[in-house]
Amino acid sequence: MGSGPPVIEPSYTVATVTDKISSVVLTRRTPVGWIIGFSVALLLTMTFLTAVLTLFAAGIGIWGVNVPVAWGFAIINFVWWIGIGHAGTLISAILLLMQQKWRQSINRFAEAMTLFAVLCAAVFPLLHLGRPKFFYWLFPYPSLHGVPPQFRSPLVWDVFAVATYFTVSLLFWYVGLLPDLATFRDCAKRKLAKIVYGVLAMGWRGSAIHWHRYDTAYLLLAGLATPLVVSVHTVVSFDFATSILPGWHTTLFPPYFVAGAIYSGFAMVLVLAIPLRAAYGLEGLITPRHLDNMAKIMLATGLIVDYGYVMEAFFAWYSGNEAERFMMINRMIGPYAPAFWATIACNGLAILALWFPRVRRNVPALFGIALLVLVGMWLERFFIVLTSLHRDFLPSSWGMYYPTIWDWATFAGTIGLFFTLLFLFIRFLPLISMFEVRALVEPKT
Amino acid sequence: MNFPPIYGLLAEFDTSASLLKAARQARAEGYRTMDAFSPMPVEGLSEALGFRHTRLPWIVLAGGLFGAAGGFFLQWYLSVIGYPLNVGGRPYNSWPAFIVVSFELAILAAAFAAVLSMLACNGLPQPYHPLFNVPRFESASRDRFFLCIEAADPSFDPDKTRRFLESLKPHEIFEVPH
Repeated sequence: MGSGPPVIEPSYTVATVTDKISSVVLTRRTPVGWIIGFSVALLLTMTFLTAVLTLFAAGIGIWGVNVPVAWGFAIINFVWWIGIGHAGTLISAILLLMQQKWRQSINRFAEAMTLFAVLCAAVFPLLHLGRPKFFYWLFPYPSLHGVPPQFRSPLVWDVFAVATYFTVSLLFWYVGLLPDLATFRDCAKRKLAKIVYGVLAMGWRGSAIHWHRYDTAYLLLAGLATPLVVSVHTVVSFDFATSILPGWHTTLFPPYFVAGAIYSGFAMVLVLAIPLRAAYGLEGLITPRHLDNMAKIMLATGLIVDYGYVMEAFFAWYSGNEAERFMMINRMIGPYAPAFWATIACNGLAILALWFPRVRRNVPALFGIALLVLVGMWLERFFIVLTSLHRDFLPSSWGMYYPTIWDWATFAGTIGLFFTLLFLFIRFLPLISMFEVRALVEPKT
Repeated sequence: MNFPPIYGLLAEFDTSASLLKAARQARAEGYRTMDAFSPMPVEGLSEALGFRHTRLPWIVLAGGLFGAAGGFFLQWYLSVIGYPLNVGGRPYNSWPAFIVVSFELAILAAAFAAVLSMLACNGLPQPYHPLFNVPRFESASRDRFFLCIEAADPSFDPDKTRRFLESLKPHEIFEVPH
């Protein structure tokens, strides 16, 4: 496991780990902070429903999108949310395969974060369809209307990639929950809780032979999720890269997008983990070691993203292509330049502080940097989508995009939806994987 | 049919190491129909009980191949036979474009194969099991370790097996009613 501070506070035993984590759901009173946070999140979810209903009634004209900028907030938010989801899969699958044992106290809620983020992402392309009621036309079902899905289009690949990603993440999450649901069934005092957790646990009883198959299945799922997570953001980047627009048509996009996704995802994990461990007294389970490791991954992936920014500029110049060069100059000094420079400030400069161990150990500073990263990654998608679209090859078709109140309401609404689901998850399910942490604290004799 | 009066005898241990030792000794003693229970996976425990390997990886591989082949066939059929659409003179069977969806469906089918076959081989969901009749068994999902020798085992004898389990120095021994 290497040197450095311990992964889990040494005073924990197999029994106290279980009690500590299950008490959050089963015995402790619902904290006031939970009620306030949940109420705010629910209010924002109502905003989301209002915005969506208005969209259904009035049509997509209530958003700021038009020719030439047909991809506005909807696509920016889609890419942002789905990127955030990637950290959960990275923690649960890739770090599992690499036997990084420190992952075991953060994987559960990171996986939940993945599910909810993918859900928030998935609503945007559907709303952006213009006629959302025909969304099922994207699936290849036997129909007579003569419009099959166009399998040569990255947008259809996206449907399959995102749907598979959500389904596999859900399976992975549920399989991981199974033994912990059995613990809840056995620890719960109230009859209703016993029944509900009992049904969900499917009669799990911790048999050695069951564990054997369980471990095999879990490892195989991790092996399947690893190429999947890389493929998902690659396919998302194909939506851009297979077009011929300046600034989008580049082979750099897949790795650049995947790194950006993991980078923003770890920022979100930090933004969630830091208040959670303080609110529920979980500092002994989510230790400074975890925060330090996550900050390091954030720094590493952030630097890959920065390399992407540099290469984009370099190739715009080196290609000698007039449209590419203009796009880059327009990005830096055009009407959307503030978004570009703010991105550089967040993703290029702010994260450099993470080189210093003192900053990585300073919890408020880490929280602040993670927030800046989330803002920076949103702005990055903002300038990627807008600068290429609003001024393309023909100056006669140039235009501007301004988000409307409904764009903002939908975006804020998905943040509400995300936190509503997250608050419900914290209240009703074990937010740390108990059986994996038990294996971690068990004395090896 | 002559039903044995109990399901089996259940011995409780404090640590995974003592459970592992007990399982090995029980197997050496000739017991075969038994199972061990722990709150987390214990390395080597299923092997100590005589469980060698699982077919799960092969089922998952078959699932993945089925997903890939099925996914490709779906796209090929729709693009070549079902709804041929001429896009700028490109071939109907534009297979490189079909790779992505075939890959995603391979992962999807393999993941379903992994989860469903794990549950099916384990006989889950199983709402009732005789072990749940022992109130103490609830701690098998918290911090205790159990070994159950079932009455269905040919060498099971209520007194002899109990004496054998006592010799393993367990925390306690329980009779498991049906």
